[in-house]
Amino acid sequence: MPSPVVAEVARRLARRARWQPLEYLFWLAALASVFLLRDRHLILTEIAWLGLFALSLDLILGYAGVISLGHAAFFGFGSYAAALLAKYGIVNEPVLALVVSGLAAAVLGFATSFLVLRGSDLTRLMVTLGVALIMREVANQIPDVTGGADGLQGVVIAPVLGLFPFDIFGHVSYVYCLAVLFVLFLLARRIVYSPFGLSLRAVKGNPLRAASVGISVNARLVAVYTLAAFYAGVAGGLLAQTTAFVSLDVLSFERSADLLLVLIIGGTGYLYGGPIGAVVFKLMQDWIANLTPQYWQFWIGLVLVLIVLVGRDRISLITGGLRLVVERIARRWNAGAVPPPYPPPLAGEGREGVRGEGR
Amino acid sequence: MLTILFDGIAYGMLLFVLACGLSVTLGLMNFVNLAHGAFAMAGGYITLVLVNRAGLPFFAGLPVAFVVTALIGALFERTLYVHVYAKSHLDQVLFTIGLVFMSVAAVDYVMGSQQVFIQIPSALQGRFELFGVGIGRYRLLIIVTCGLLTVALQLILSGTRFGSRLRASVDDARVARGLGINVNGVFALTFAFGSGLAGLGGALGAEILGLDPTFPLKYLVYFLIVVTVGGTSSITGPFLASLLIGIADVAGKYYVPKFGAFVIYTIMIVVLLLRPQGLFARAAGR
Repeated sequence: MPSPVVAEVARRLARRARWQPLEYLFWLAALASVFLLRDRHLILTEIAWLGLFALSLDLILGYAGVISLGHAAFFGFGSYAAALLAKYGIVNEPVLALVVSGLAAAVLGFATSFLVLRGSDLTRLMVTLGVALIMREVANQIPDVTGGADGLQGVVIAPVLGLFPFDIFGHVSYVYCLAVLFVLFLLARRIVYSPFGLSLRAVKGNPLRAASVGISVNARLVAVYTLAAFYAGVAGGLLAQTTAFVSLDVLSFERSADLLLVLIIGGTGYLYGGPIGAVVFKLMQDWIANLTPQYWQFWIGLVLVLIVLVGRDRISLITGGLRLVVERIARRWNAGAVPPPYPPPLAGEGREGVRGEGR
Repeated sequence: MLTILFDGIAYGMLLFVLACGLSVTLGLMNFVNLAHGAFAMAGGYITLVLVNRAGLPFFAGLPVAFVVTALIGALFERTLYVHVYAKSHLDQVLFTIGLVFMSVAAVDYVMGSQQVFIQIPSALQGRFELFGVGIGRYRLLIIVTCGLLTVALQLILSGTRFGSRLRASVDDARVARGLGINVNGVFALTFAFGSGLAGLGGALGAEILGLDPTFPLKYLVYFLIVVTVGGTSSITGPFLASLLIGIADVAGKYYVPKFGAFVIYTIMIVVLLLRPQGLFARAAGR
């Protein structure tokens, strides 16, 4: 028989983790897009793996407060792993190969996570950037394995589960990516609403205090960094499997920087930021690239600058406010069965950001 | 052997001129300026336009590059950067990456994406032998110029009133403010000067490093390595770090071409692991 305090904590945790109406709506919309947007499945496929990739960054940035400029290292590692597994027929079945690629990236994440434990934001930026650059250089220097600057060609991906071969319209690949995204999202959601997820938030808020209430800060950071690397590796594997091609591009600095933008557009620390940001980013990229094929990077940069100057706080206030309004309406519609949650809902929490030491 | 050392020193000197502005802004305002390379690129392209198109002599182009880049730096500092100082590191990173992307695309639009070279006077081309050491004339110029600049910077920092204000602000901005030092003013001036130096470095280095619109992204990591290895509390730290990185990079690429690129990354990671404060920094309680 657990003590009343434990029971109360468990009850509150369970209530926090309850599915909101908007979340159902999000996934229903995703499901609907499979049937209603059949001619847009190619870009939707990209959105799905980018969403997963951004979700993995959200795990470390939004929940643990670790800034990374080198998340592409794990993405690219997973990508090359998936492509090589398929090319040499080591693991033919895509789902299994995806898991193996994710695990490979996780091993790399675990090995490099100890570098991230040290020092301040700046040190972390440098170390993550350095790891990604080294990975890119490694891939560049062993062309007989990775194909070097020409990219890895001749990759043939077997049908998913042995039943569904990939087609050129992206129908299978979209459903495949969406399914993977959904499953891993459920897992991430389970993790961040668990006591482990709460302890991560405590670490993000103040590592010193977190340590003094008995949270082993370093162990938590290593764990979540490894997990995020697994997610990024799977996202990279999805890219490799759906395009049957990998190039050095998967490890580039721009990929890590774009990823930050995706996540910032969507908002950090509530899991949907990654997928939503991916939708907005890809549509924006598609639209701008149609206007100016060569110079779309300029507008991406402008968006970044504007986001910072306007203030992420204000942007997330607007989206957070919207979310509150919709939730309130939905609650009334639900005949007020749900009491107001305590502690206050997630809406305000994305605003803390990652503070440097105030000077 | 000595030629490699010589080339490495020239390369390192160049890196120092490019990166020292970054190290001071980082140390002074705790501000992560990933767009520093964009100023270097600006200096390079300004010189290119002046020398190749307007026909100005190379030696007149260099000071102009310095002044114009410094002015651009001051303008950006006053209009854009001031709003970002108080924000988190994440915001600063996003903001400056945005600037880098914009500068890359803008230069691509105006100047084209191909690699360009500044026409240097024929007196500076080629190399000569001195006691059996092959010495490139242009690299000798770089070493002399950058060496003089370094000495001048050191003298300014240690000898002038502005230098002592700057050092006070770096050590403890709050106390410096309390003593009546206009830290923001000091910072604006330093930022402009650092940008100008980067511009000069970009103009000087176009011959060795190459100049194309992706310059800020390509050399970003070199600047950051110099700053992390050297620490941010003095100018001798980044100087020694630049020399170390320059020599290691040139020697690495010469002796083990296959692994040459890893040498500097390995140095960086090892230094970060052993001395997170930087190799030459005091172990300050910051």
